[in-house]
Amino acid sequence: MIAVENLSKRYGETTVVDGVSLTVERHSITAIVGTSGSGKSTLLRMINRLVEPTSGRVLIDGRDTRAEPAYLLRRRIGYVIQGHGLFPHRTVAENIATVPRLLGWNERRIGARVRELLEVFALDPATYAGALPHQLSGGQQQRVGVARALAAEPLVLLMDEPFGALDPIIRAKAQDDLLDIQRRFGTTVVLVTHDMDEAFRLGSKVAVMSGGRLLQCDRPAVLLTRPADPFVSRLTGLADRAMRLLSLVTAGEAALPGASDGPAVAPTTSLREVLSELVWSGADSARVIDVDGTVRGRLTVAAILARGRP
Amino acid sequence: MPRAATVVRLAALALLVAFLTKPQSFAPLFAPLTQYGAPPIYDQGNLLQLALAQLGTVCLAAAASSLVAVGLGILVTRPSGAQFLPLSRTLVNIGQTFPPVAVLAVAVPLVGFGEKPTLIALFAYGLLPIFENTLVGLRTCPPAVLEAASGMGMSARQRLLSVELPLATPLILEGIRLSLVINVGTATIGSTVAAKGLGEVIIAGLLSSNTAFILQGGLLTGLMAILLYDGLAALERRLLRPVTLD
Repeated sequence: MIAVENLSKRYGETTVVDGVSLTVERHSITAIVGTSGSGKSTLLRMINRLVEPTSGRVLIDGRDTRAEPAYLLRRRIGYVIQGHGLFPHRTVAENIATVPRLLGWNERRIGARVRELLEVFALDPATYAGALPHQLSGGQQQRVGVARALAAEPLVLLMDEPFGALDPIIRAKAQDDLLDIQRRFGTTVVLVTHDMDEAFRLGSKVAVMSGGRLLQCDRPAVLLTRPADPFVSRLTGLADRAMRLLSLVTAGEAALPGASDGPAVAPTTSLREVLSELVWSGADSARVIDVDGTVRGRLTVAAILARGRP
Repeated sequence: MPRAATVVRLAALALLVAFLTKPQSFAPLFAPLTQYGAPPIYDQGNLLQLALAQLGTVCLAAAASSLVAVGLGILVTRPSGAQFLPLSRTLVNIGQTFPPVAVLAVAVPLVGFGEKPTLIALFAYGLLPIFENTLVGLRTCPPAVLEAASGMGMSARQRLLSVELPLATPLILEGIRLSLVINVGTATIGSTVAAKGLGEVIIAGLLSSNTAFILQGGLLTGLMAILLYDGLAALERRLLRPVTLD
């Protein structure tokens, strides 16, 4: 668990982060959103002390982050930045091995971990282990960046606009990968983004920042239905808040008992997509069916619409 | 293209070696440049030994300038040393703008005649290209890479040694190469204060109005400079060739 307590950063007269308190649950993803200059990156960088706070403190699993030298702290925290920041003179394998080397793992353990991560990220070790970063595509570089951050099995992963440089298709894939990996390793992720869709898709909680202050940090649905500040509803978007709310619920969660002769949808599909499918096909209900063919129930248009209101 | 370049390189090297080891075989070539039966080939010393002595002086001076210039470059790019940048730059610039001949004139009364004053002059003269290239190399490391290095938990020293310096190496080596080549030519003036070198041949030619001596001293020095530059560049390419997949 990460506890941010009354954290502030001032540069001279300018206050960049102003008394932020925030709790990040273990094994969860928290997305910090805000306009540029809202202090969201600074807040993130104070967690691994790339920026030293002016006041306040950060506890990770109850331990003050100032209890050890900053560079030792950072070896235990994964860090991914926009534009990946891979070492251009080192191979993919060497890049991934960076933190394990710093921690003094033996070569066998490092080699095994690098191979495991390459496989997790769908990069064939035979082809990519010895490649240099510039020989990879943008999406591959980004994956190596995440693999490098996870190499030493950190409990916490900090990501600063990690997918900002990717095109929409690769970006969606990278987001899915992140969700998979987060579930697989149980890593606690704090992610900074200015993309609300990304925040809602990835974050189990979303923290909204403005002018250095934390306005609200809660589940995405709560941000939509009970915004703490007009700025929160402006940022989350008033025009399509109903659709956003629908995108947070899956067909599996909302399915009601009953039969339907409408189109078949998977339980993992979001209600937003189901509604779109119903609008498109002209049917008034959809069948929710598992991959193995088990019928989980049905979704009528009325039932879906009811889910799009607070 | 690379094949032709290799042929030219080998030919130049062969010419240099032949001239230094068997200078007398080139006598007919230089004879038309002499008057009143003066010797066409320098005969007051061994050309090979002179060339090696000059090369030795230059390399020693370059090693010293590299050490100091790279050290200064590292110092002034650290947050704690940034305040020394203007001072370092001034010192290094003075080293370059103060004529080496004048350095010799100042150094001789202090350290005596011979190799020492030449070393001092070449050391000062060779600092600038290495220092400036080190600065550019260290300053142009991509910010995202440096941020990642710190974010991964590298200490300042680890970041310098395993990220910044390797990335700056090509530029630093280029600076050293440039400095070496400039100084191979400049080193000939050392002979005015009795340092061993091919300058001796040129000076002897000037004193006795022997154009053949002047020309062969100059040609040998020039050949040495070109081959050195080229050879180091080739070595660099080989050493720094990025690891690639087959």
